[in-house]
Amino acid sequence: MPDKKPISSVNDFVVRFANVNGSGSASANEMFARAILRHGVPVSPRNIFPSNIQGLPTWYEVRVTEAGHLGARGGIDMMVAMNPQTWDKDVAGIEPGGYLFYDSTKPMPSTKFRDDITVIGVPLTAITNSTYTDPRQRQLFKNIIYLGALSALLEMDPKVIEQLIGEQYRGKEKLLSSNVHALHLGRDWALQNLKCPIGLRVKKSDKVGDRIFIEGNSAAALGAVYGGATVCAWYPITPSSSVAEAFTAHCKKYRHDPETGKAKYAIVQGEDELASIGIVIGASWNGARAFTATSGPGISLMTEFIGLSYFAEIPAVIMNIQRAGPSTGMPTRTQQCDIIACAYASHGDTKHVLLFPEDPAEAFEFAAAAFDLAERLQTTIFLMLDLDIGMNHRLCRPLKWDDSRQYDRGKVMTAEMLEEGRDFGRYLDVDGDGIPYRTYPGTHPTKGSYFTRGTSRDRYARYSEEGSVYADNMQRLVRKFETAQDLVPRPLQANAERPTKYGVIYFGSTSPAMDEAIGLLEARGHQLDRLRIRAFPFHSSVASFLAEHDFVYVVEQNRDSQLRQLIVNENGIDPVRLVPIVHYDGTPITARFIAKAIGDHQDHLKVTPLRKAVS
Amino acid sequence: MTYIAKPKFHHPGLKKNELGYTHRDYEGKISTLCAGCGHDSITASIIEACYELSIEPHRVAKISGIGCSSKTPDYFLGNSHGFNSVHGRMPSVLTGANLANRDLIYLGVSGDGDSASIGFGQFAHSIRRGVNMTYIVENNGVYGLTKGQFSATADRGSKSKKGVTNTDNAIDLVAIALQLGATFVARSFSGDKTQLVPLIAAAIRHKGASFIDVISPCIAFNNHAGSTKSFDYVREHNDAVNRLDVLVGRDPIAVDYAPGTVQVVEQHDGSKIALRKIDADYDPHDRLGAQTFLAKHAAKGQIVTGLLYVDPDAEDLHAHLNTVETPLNTLEADTLCPGSAVLDKINASLR
Ligand SMILES: Cc1ncc(C[n+]2csc(CCOP(=O)(O)OP(=O)(O)O)c2C)c(N)n1
Ligand code: SF4
Repeated sequence: MPDKKPISSVNDFVVRFANVNGSGSASANEMFARAILRHGVPVSPRNIFPSNIQGLPTWYEVRVTEAGHLGARGGIDMMVAMNPQTWDKDVAGIEPGGYLFYDSTKPMPSTKFRDDITVIGVPLTAITNSTYTDPRQRQLFKNIIYLGALSALLEMDPKVIEQLIGEQYRGKEKLLSSNVHALHLGRDWALQNLKCPIGLRVKKSDKVGDRIFIEGNSAAALGAVYGGATVCAWYPITPSSSVAEAFTAHCKKYRHDPETGKAKYAIVQGEDELASIGIVIGASWNGARAFTATSGPGISLMTEFIGLSYFAEIPAVIMNIQRAGPSTGMPTRTQQCDIIACAYASHGDTKHVLLFPEDPAEAFEFAAAAFDLAERLQTTIFLMLDLDIGMNHRLCRPLKWDDSRQYDRGKVMTAEMLEEGRDFGRYLDVDGDGIPYRTYPGTHPTKGSYFTRGTSRDRYARYSEEGSVYADNMQRLVRKFETAQDLVPRPLQANAERPTKYGVIYFGSTSPAMDEAIGLLEARGHQLDRLRIRAFPFHSSVASFLAEHDFVYVVEQNRDSQLRQLIVNENGIDPVRLVPIVHYDGTPITARFIAKAIGDHQDHLKVTPLRKAVS
Repeated sequence: MTYIAKPKFHHPGLKKNELGYTHRDYEGKISTLCAGCGHDSITASIIEACYELSIEPHRVAKISGIGCSSKTPDYFLGNSHGFNSVHGRMPSVLTGANLANRDLIYLGVSGDGDSASIGFGQFAHSIRRGVNMTYIVENNGVYGLTKGQFSATADRGSKSKKGVTNTDNAIDLVAIALQLGATFVARSFSGDKTQLVPLIAAAIRHKGASFIDVISPCIAFNNHAGSTKSFDYVREHNDAVNRLDVLVGRDPIAVDYAPGTVQVVEQHDGSKIALRKIDADYDPHDRLGAQTFLAKHAAKGQIVTGLLYVDPDAEDLHAHLNTVETPLNTLEADTLCPGSAVLDKINASLR
């Protein structure tokens, strides 16, 4: 019996699987998460993997959360320690009172355990070796066997897992039955030899509702399909490759002409990021909706073209799935670290539109909207995801589409309009919103053609290096950016129950951890109003929010508090009133971290909690 | 590049082509390049070729990078859209444009600095993808716009205007284009319009990646003794493998058909290229042969010009990607968007 009381919890705990990359454990681990979901209990899984294909450690963490918290929690209640390389660290990471599940085929010295945890040994290798002879089978079925044992220990319904196996191997009867067999091997061994269930349990619930379980990258790619993207050019880079791969898969399903079988899209794997963005710009210049997906290093390479897109006013959509930089940084770890690089990408004076989805549902919506925005504003739109939302499955509301929705193709002058005698000046601000009309190449035999260039030109697109002409154009671009403020998704504000002088600003994948942190902070007596920023340029409500609060915490996942820098820069606010709360070790930010950082700061301010002041 | 538009005076007696356009309809703004620059002669040849082909000027998209050569699209086809992109990246912009609307004619104009150095990768990849385009490199062996540095096509041993000898090996873009699978490969000389005009015309009619390397002397920085891209040097070392005429559809064939000296190549769109052979053994359908021929002559210091290789049955990138015939830029939500019913099914599959 451990010297600490074992943790006891139903539908609220964290299990972490420690495996070796390439051991085929990923699908068994994911099945574990899905099985809990099918019990009606929300889960929030995270893949923690190395930038290597085989041999290095990999972890998969499943947060089981009846309350539906989708951020990372921090701490591990049960460790499924299948990797000898990381054993010591894995064992050390278990919460006091937690559980260690391991392969007990070979006895471990007692020094390798801890006194304050419950150790559960299952002779996985012995069981597999006595059942299978083929080495690959031994490896793969070992994963299913531990899944079976866990199902007994956590009191999960084996039928639910059997059904999942059935879905995975539909039509492959042999694989189906052998997997079900392996599941029961593990399950029966546990039931016969161990005390089942343990303190951690999964109980059927109805907290999942109609929510879907999807990766952000896949949702963004689907958004591109719904948003009418016909050209995609990309270059492989983690964690963005799966956007293009998902777009390809979705297009193959939904975008072929039923009669001819021909593709209503074109996807090119560019030779590099320079070519990818060049293809996007060429296609958009010619009136198609085009996008690329990349990550930090790709953004660096694209910046010259991004400047062209800004100055020559050509639509482009870039999905930036951020990872830890600079340079190759930690390519398989998450961060929100390209805010400044994207907001001001390229040389000279530039400003770009950034969209910050919080989850896959918003990734879908914002991706589709990005194409409307790009064409409306004739500029680059960045969809700023990160590895944490991009490459992990998240529960989110179902995706929605309004069938009456038409694409906003922006201000395009047609042959008919030109024929009517409308004055066409490519850079004329006819409506006062800074957005000029464009024509597509090939529109009219004698009217509306112009020369696109990154060089300065006048309102009629005639080359000019006249200082006043240049300045006039630069000013119009500022007006256009101001127009963008009202077109991009607005920030969402949620106020504390009682009036407070303190606020918090956050964005993107930090969202679920922040929502949870608010509860923890309230429990410590701190009240905070919240503002979730969903886009740059900042809406005027950001300035109002700043004005209404004495101190505003800015929570983000990078070292230099880049969003805070952007707010200071664009709003001319006293930086002292914006307190950076940063998390940048490459792991997703947790509610515990936010609550501690803000809570400590609040305590430090020696704030008298309003509760006490009132009483 | 200039803002000086040419006066719109049309002489009533100007000759018209099949579509009723005169030569003037294919012109652009007045060139601001140095008087005598080879690039201006190439501009004139492009105008001539488009006039002769009776192309609707506005159905051409002309795309370039950065450099004196890349400025030239402003000087021809004033009624078509042009795009002066960034240094060396014309090929990707052209590829994207072509994917968006397969119905236009794509003319890519670049320099040797633009294509053989900063843009070498993009040059190579647009060719290997088979983008349906006419890719013209106006090759002067130097960076004109940045004032005379050697480019990567400058021959080893050639001298700069300042007297510096180039010690690096030269990149032969024609040899590379052949190796990468271009389906129309030619080399010409800006001072030889008789050869260049039909070459451009044939390249435009060719459905696939057409590449023409045009030696185009830079009057300001590369037309001195010791340069291998000067007017005099090229004239002395030029060896043409063929002369050609382009015959489009309905016109009666009116070329010299002396048996044994003419070879007619029919392209996919029905147009014909009549090759009047100068070099008796030259076979423009033999990619390997072309490569060897080129290398042998280069070793002798000879510049081989003419149509070096053509595959009349070429396929382009759209064929490889199996895209619909309708230009992608005309497709709207009704055909692109799978709709809410499909989304409901997708949602259901994600639970
Ligand atoms: C990224 C970048 N690097 C450098 C330049 C400067 N630049 C402008 S034109 C040019 C070379 C042009 O040479 P080439 O393509 O041979 O054209 P030419 O002027 O000789 O016709 C260079 C290096 C630039 N515009 N952009
Ligand atoms: S510098 Fe050379 S390439 Fe440029 S315009 Fe003058 S002659 Fe032509």
